[in-house]
Amino acid sequence: MRAAILAILCVFLLPVGGAIAVQPNEVLKDPELEARARNLSKDIRCLVCQNQSIDDSNAGLARDLRVLVRERLSEGDSDEQILDFLVKRYGDFVLLKPPVKASTYALWYGPIVIFVLGVIGLVVFMRGRRPTAATQPAALSEDEERRISALLDENNQKDG
Amino acid sequence: MKRLFFILPLAIFLGMAVYFGIGLTKDPRSLPSALIDQPVPDFELPALKPEKPGLATGDLKGEVALVNVFASWCVPCRAEHPLWMQLAKTGDVNIHAINWKDQRKAAVDWLDELGDPYARIGFDLENKAGIEWGVYGVPETYVIDREGRIRYKHVGPLFKETYVETIEPLLRELRG
Repeated sequence: MRAAILAILCVFLLPVGGAIAVQPNEVLKDPELEARARNLSKDIRCLVCQNQSIDDSNAGLARDLRVLVRERLSEGDSDEQILDFLVKRYGDFVLLKPPVKASTYALWYGPIVIFVLGVIGLVVFMRGRRPTAATQPAALSEDEERRISALLDENNQKDG
Repeated sequence: MKRLFFILPLAIFLGMAVYFGIGLTKDPRSLPSALIDQPVPDFELPALKPEKPGLATGDLKGEVALVNVFASWCVPCRAEHPLWMQLAKTGDVNIHAINWKDQRKAAVDWLDELGDPYARIGFDLENKAGIEWGVYGVPETYVIDREGRIRYKHVGPLFKETYVETIEPLLRELRG
């Protein structure tokens, strides 16, 4: 029993690597270029599966783009030139990380704006709850004082 | 003022619900083409069949035309094919094709079976032209104007209603 549990735990503890879609015949001979290709591929969206990079997608189009990236790298293109080439043809959507520009300001800065608004809202709310002269209970009137001492006396007599 | 403060979260919620609700009705697979209003990319494809010319950038200048990207392995292409056959019969507009990531024999057989509505067919086994055009699936259909610019891209199978509603008026407009 203990061995079985241990075995199951071991399965969960196995190192989990991303599925590798890059085929051996695609890999470049130059390890430095290959590393750049792998790195670049992780930022390029597979337009068929949409939420995978071309580095881990098995789709045919992803393979074509991986090969294209490697071809261009071998020809001496810079990373930016390759991304530019793809964006010109497939649009910004081909980048997994959207570029910062006028149409994406809301996307990039929206969360910060909402956070700041939230903090301001919280501060305003807390301020509103701080006791002020208006919220302090009014002092007891003479009549009320008299009634309280009468009640306390009554209590004391009972206990005594 | 105080009341507004309490209504605000509800208003924000409703606003977001409507915004995301509209987003849900859109097709995430339909991406805007980066090439709209751009000249047709530089490409040159060999012919699929010996008796019919291939397709290259120069062939798309001088007339309003459609370019349909298809493959024999693509099921939606089969679904939209009757529309192309119908259009070819009327001779209204020249329909060119890019045969995308396909086997030559399979594509020829497919056209023999369903009919061949195309004026020119480029054979793009290696997705060379496909990448230039920003093709990311089949079928895709492009509208090309007289100057050889891409004016419209339709992703997915094209059916009669969409054709009549969007492409036909555009063709009329482009012809002036």
